[in-house]
Amino acid sequence: KTYFLCSYLIFHVLQSIVPCGLGGSGKAFLSTSSCPKVCIVGSGPAGFYTAQHLIKARQDVEVDIYERLPVPFGLVRFGVAPDHPEVKNVINTFTQTAKHSRCSFYGNVNVGKDVTVDELQGAYHAVVLSYGAEGNRRMGVPGEDLPGVYSAKDFVGWYNGLPSCRELKPDLSCETAVILGQGNVALDVARILLSPLDILKKTDITQPALEALAESRVQKVLIVGRRGPMQVACTIKELREMVNLPGTRPEMVTADFEGVSEALKDVPRPRKRLTELLLKTALDAPGDKELERRRNAAKVWGFRFYRSPTEILADPGRSRTAGIRLAVNRLEGSGDAARAVLTGEVEDVSCGLVISSIGYKSLPIDPAVPFDSHRAVMPNSVGRVHQAPGLYCSGWLKTGPTGVIATTMNNSFDTARSLLEDMDSGALDVSPAKPGSQEVSSLLEKRGVRPVTFSDWEKIDSLETRRGDACGKPREKLLSVEEMLKVARA
Amino acid sequence: MAAAAAARSSMGLTLRFSRVIPDCRSCPLYRLKGCVDNTAGSQRRGSFDSLRTINRHLQTSICLSQAEEGSSNAEDPDDVDNGQHLRVNVVYIDRSGKRIPVKAKVGDNILYLAHKHGIDLEGACEASLACSTCHVYVNSAHLDKLPEPEEREDDMLDMAPMLQENSRLGCQIILTPDLDGIELTLPKVTRNFYVDGHVPKPH
Repeated sequence: KTYFLCSYLIFHVLQSIVPCGLGGSGKAFLSTSSCPKVCIVGSGPAGFYTAQHLIKARQDVEVDIYERLPVPFGLVRFGVAPDHPEVKNVINTFTQTAKHSRCSFYGNVNVGKDVTVDELQGAYHAVVLSYGAEGNRRMGVPGEDLPGVYSAKDFVGWYNGLPSCRELKPDLSCETAVILGQGNVALDVARILLSPLDILKKTDITQPALEALAESRVQKVLIVGRRGPMQVACTIKELREMVNLPGTRPEMVTADFEGVSEALKDVPRPRKRLTELLLKTALDAPGDKELERRRNAAKVWGFRFYRSPTEILADPGRSRTAGIRLAVNRLEGSGDAARAVLTGEVEDVSCGLVISSIGYKSLPIDPAVPFDSHRAVMPNSVGRVHQAPGLYCSGWLKTGPTGVIATTMNNSFDTARSLLEDMDSGALDVSPAKPGSQEVSSLLEKRGVRPVTFSDWEKIDSLETRRGDACGKPREKLLSVEEMLKVARA
Repeated sequence: MAAAAAARSSMGLTLRFSRVIPDCRSCPLYRLKGCVDNTAGSQRRGSFDSLRTINRHLQTSICLSQAEEGSSNAEDPDDVDNGQHLRVNVVYIDRSGKRIPVKAKVGDNILYLAHKHGIDLEGACEASLACSTCHVYVNSAHLDKLPEPEEREDDMLDMAPMLQENSRLGCQIILTPDLDGIELTLPKVTRNFYVDGHVPKPH
């Protein structure tokens, strides 16, 4: 008994003086040791890349990642298109981070509701907000709320299994769909609307979406932008995928491309290559093989330029979308800074489906936290939130909803570097011990909130993958939070 | 031989935090097909999950001890003259400007070689030409010795911040004897500003 008591005491004494990051079974005892503890809100690329950088840079930092949903990875799971599985490989990198001894994942925790940012700041030395942009920029036109009009954010969420978009049930019974916006999300939507089922059924697109698309009567997709061909926001990979999409042919308005090839001379390489492909697709006479392919293509897609939505037109009974009224623009200026100016002309296009893809938007999480509602971002300097010591931000919340995973990676590393600088300089005082997850877990327990751990997520992951195996897909996603929690708790 | 080395180098998961990719050929887990790296590249990992968790712990301890015994200079047992003619000297210049010389072999992949030596070159899409996180600058003496990038690499390079004439994706560079002395520079941190004024477009 004495021996047991001694070794028990010695063990605990050792725990408090041994450096942090002891690993595995040591985790539960580190709660009062004085290593820097950082809390990250949001488990998408921003959250994980910030965590990765912090953990790698200092051997004593512990990072806890909180996520509202039971499942991690944010837009990598819910935003990246089903037919882009290689882009999702980054999940392996994030999984390594999550399983690091100094990193913990807590899913099913709603920051702002289950626990406040203030409480997190009390428990941790620093809090990094990286919860992204779950809101949507509205077009702000009459008829925007008619049946048949959807935001791209919701449409993408629907085919990617985001629980809150489960009930979207988009009506795909019309012949023509009009997408507003010409970024990569717009092209993803166009591609999913027109892809052959044979391709889609081998992806992780949800079963309900697959069934709906199998019944779809959409044959023509117009991708509409306010400005011209040199201002399209998409990138060349996505454009090439549309050009090469089996069973489809491109159809554009030649006049839209006047003056474009002349303007290409001094343009940076990415814009030049993109525009050249666009010109070739729109204007060049195809070779025999391509001509034959186009002749056999039942589905049509095309960009339409210099058009802004002014109204969604309803059918006579005002019960659903029947068309869209577009104002005709001309350009003032050139390049990225070119502005669309109304000419006064309008044009009506018949369509039964309108998808607005004009941008995501961040929302405030907690009234106590600074938020710039005009720009819809958190006011910050290199990730340090203004007038909020100990509070940082990374990802789209920091810079606005722009860029791909690589951009977010750099963005998150920058924030991590700011945090590390502040630790080194003393601007962030990490000497007093902080309770970290022990305190937060106890608060959550009192409030009846049960976090989902990373190994709980792995049960969900395993089930989804097994279900996918049964039907030739990488995974068959669980579609509701209830189902996810049931599997997580099993 | 070069092909096997290339295959080995380009295998999926890397031990990021242990910073080593061991010589898997001599590992019993690899030979018994019980190692997760054997199934790398496959999206369907679910059925390997429990085995994988165990393997990860085993792999870490087994592979690390092997790595300590052997090194990146380990001789290729198939080779006759002690591997000298397979040697390729590479220099990485990290983001702080520090020169890191590395002894590599013909067939090594620049991205995974960097991981092996703890150089912070990310590879988010695991060498599948779906991202630009392994963007590097190649020194002029060796730039033209590289095979032309395929269209897909150029497409992804277009997305990289601070693109230059000598930009390439590290995951697409496989070492050959005439690349001896090649120098790869990691682009400096951007601090949210792009040198050419490029602003990424909203989603």
